[in-house]
Amino acid sequence: MDRIPILKMGPYLLVSIQVDMHDRLAMQLQDDLTSRIAATGSRAVLIDISSLDTVDSFMGRMLGNIAAMSRVLDAETVLVGMQPAVAITLVELGMTLPGVRTALSVEKGMEMLAASLRDAGGHG
Amino acid sequence: MAEVLPVGSPEHVVIVRQAVRQRATDLGFSLVDQTKIITAASELARNALQHGGGGRALIEIINDGARRGLRLTFEDTGPGIADIALAMRDGYSTNGGLGLGLSGAKRLSNEFAIVSVPGEGTRVVITRWK
Repeated sequence: MDRIPILKMGPYLLVSIQVDMHDRLAMQLQDDLTSRIAATGSRAVLIDISSLDTVDSFMGRMLGNIAAMSRVLDAETVLVGMQPAVAITLVELGMTLPGVRTALSVEKGMEMLAASLRDAGGHG
Repeated sequence: MAEVLPVGSPEHVVIVRQAVRQRATDLGFSLVDQTKIITAASELARNALQHGGGGRALIEIINDGARRGLRLTFEDTGPGIADIALAMRDGYSTNGGLGLGLSGAKRLSNEFAIVSVPGEGTRVVITRWK
């Protein structure tokens, strides 16, 4: 079965969505990522969506779910590289993605997460 | 010229997105306009699949004399919608979704029309003009 790969880079989990996902694949990613966060104890997740030309309400809900589930597992999620046309369309669609942090690049996303991890101090 | 695509599986929703992207590119839509109509198509195709039990999508390039446009029709022979106004309300969902599919598709399109008869099915038509 095809799956979106999840890479572990030190304290970070990185997912790079390169394909136009059908709904089942998106649900699979949600499950795989949540399991991986729990298994590794990782507290920083980057989801690279720079290759996504479209994000519809199903995908948006999935991304929101991942952010919420990660938070329950004491991890922070940052969405990286949202295309401007996607951002414009999401707003017009009525999606605000509450609780989902965004960054322009993977580097900036890592900086944001590193700062969060530092601020959080020794808990978790 | 109409392209007819089946909408019977989640994979078909992806195929519909790709076909709409191709037609939108052919027509020379701006990137933002392409994204809007592809996203609207994705919402409506998913609706036909999840609520309508499957159906089909028609993709047409239309011309009103002054301009060209892309018209998409999504139809199914599912249970239909009893209260269209309710279904069009942001946030109203019958399957745990976000309830933005119909209202969102309308916002993302220049023209939107819906006909639904309970027990017979639903047809949604959206148009984006170049």
